[in-house]
Amino acid sequence: MAFSVTSRDGRRRLVSRLVEVACAGAVVAALVPLALVLWYVLRNGVPALNRAFFTSMPKPVGEPGGGMANAMVGTLIMLGIAAAFAVPVGIASAVYLSEYPKSRLSWAARFAADVLNGVPSIVVGIFAYVVAVLPFNRFSALAGGFALGVMMIPILVRATEELLALVPPSLREGALALGATRGRAAWTVILPAALPGIVTGILVALARIAGETAPLLFTALNNRYWSTKLTQPIASLTVQIYTYAQSPYEDWHRQAWAGATVLIAAVLLFSVLARTVTRRLERMHRP
Amino acid sequence: MASRPSRTDFRVDLGFRLGTGALAALVCLIVVGIGVVLTRESWLSIEKFGLGFWRGTTWDPVSGEFGALPFIWGTLYSSVIALLIATPVALGIAIFLSELSPHALKQPLTFLTELLAAIPSIVYGIWGVFVLVPVVRRLQVLTPDFLKKFPLFTGPPLGVGMLAAGLVLAVMVVPFIASVAREILKAVPVNQREAAYALGATRWEAIRMALYYARTGIIGAVMLGLGRALGETIAVTMVIGNNPQVSWSLFAPQYTMAAVIANEFTEAANKLYLDALVEIGLVLFTITIVINGLSRLLIWSVSERAPARKVLKPEPALAA
Repeated sequence: MAFSVTSRDGRRRLVSRLVEVACAGAVVAALVPLALVLWYVLRNGVPALNRAFFTSMPKPVGEPGGGMANAMVGTLIMLGIAAAFAVPVGIASAVYLSEYPKSRLSWAARFAADVLNGVPSIVVGIFAYVVAVLPFNRFSALAGGFALGVMMIPILVRATEELLALVPPSLREGALALGATRGRAAWTVILPAALPGIVTGILVALARIAGETAPLLFTALNNRYWSTKLTQPIASLTVQIYTYAQSPYEDWHRQAWAGATVLIAAVLLFSVLARTVTRRLERMHRP
Repeated sequence: MASRPSRTDFRVDLGFRLGTGALAALVCLIVVGIGVVLTRESWLSIEKFGLGFWRGTTWDPVSGEFGALPFIWGTLYSSVIALLIATPVALGIAIFLSELSPHALKQPLTFLTELLAAIPSIVYGIWGVFVLVPVVRRLQVLTPDFLKKFPLFTGPPLGVGMLAAGLVLAVMVVPFIASVAREILKAVPVNQREAAYALGATRWEAIRMALYYARTGIIGAVMLGLGRALGETIAVTMVIGNNPQVSWSLFAPQYTMAAVIANEFTEAANKLYLDALVEIGLVLFTITIVINGLSRLLIWSVSERAPARKVLKPEPALAA
């Protein structure tokens, strides 16, 4: 070495090392709670999972057994309602954002999507209550689905916009050069190229809102009975877990853990799926 | 051969722009709509109590007395605790993942930390109630007596309370701060770092430079975490103890704005009670809008994906 290592250099190097170790420690510090949550949910939930959990109705207090069949169906129904209006709005907005990225409306919509994404879920619940429960004077699956849809839109907009950006500009330029208008290029070239990603994005958004509880508390309410009517209160997996976890009954606690396991499994599944598809798309489109 | 677009083609194209544009405008409208709806529905309470609503400490629906200070206090206090814990951890993660991590570990570790954000709030809640709260209770029992004299540690060992809420919140906001901070560190031009190394900087000194360069964005990332923490509902409701009081004690059961809405909304027996709850929602909405809006602007001003304009330009001296 051309220059001597003074003690000051040594100290600087030591500080640098210490910070590096601290940063690695921070990663561990975040992974520990992740592992703990997963471990406890699986340990308490898996033994409580059985066929009855998926196929039977909740039993009255004191009777052991029973399941959350109605709650799972309720969650699926509300996810369907949410997707029915959030998907068109979310995808179309994202297409607009990617086709006219510099318009003033794009700036506003992007900002609105980000802000909406940060609006507390409980506030979305109040909004849905006023818009979809008060006028009809009744809690309903529709109101719950509406609340979930409002939460789903910003997730979809941002995810889809990013996926559309992965489509190489040469594809769009090629379409435009062949004389296609912007709309036609978007519809026949860009959207199909991004389709696998968009479908994944929708699934991830669904998995995300499937875990929402707060917006359902006073829109869909809950229902102890089998109900698929859209205009009636309906049970959901999350609200059922919430109710059971706060009850004093051991058996209900077990069921709550089982419900949490189902939720976690869905989230894990969709996260892994999304990662795989996104990476494949990236590899496909990037040289 | 492709022909020139016909007049119909252009009309369809205009329709395409207007159609997708209308739906994009709808996204903006929803945000405005939430604000309008909440204001209208809380008018009774706004009119009756005015600003005194936020100074009152008594929350007694039965006698019609509504003071929301304890909820504001609980929300802010729990969020501050969460950020104090989460910020250093999240920044450490961001630095590790963007600057230090071996290449092979980068993707899996990113995936795992982001998984923390994907776990539903209710799952954190049930874990908090059955696992974390007993641990906190044990901690409270083990607290030495001389510490209990400080206002920070007074109160009986219940388990549920401010500390449990702060801890759960911290875990929940770490991934948000970390992922934004990582994006922002990535956006710092490479020549900044190369210049630092060329001058003989150690790794940490180069990272510190990058952090300083990206400081606006980092503040934005932390504010984004704050926005999340303020509005988090279910997990906090389950562990904070739901007792409207203003207390410094980490062990005291307290209450947050989101939690009181979640617990009492369906029980609100009269219009004034309901309006008071909606007003709490309105203020929560306003606070999170302002904080998220600010944080977005800060983040956009630094990150690569800045909309409409590119803010990040290498300084002329460096570009030359």
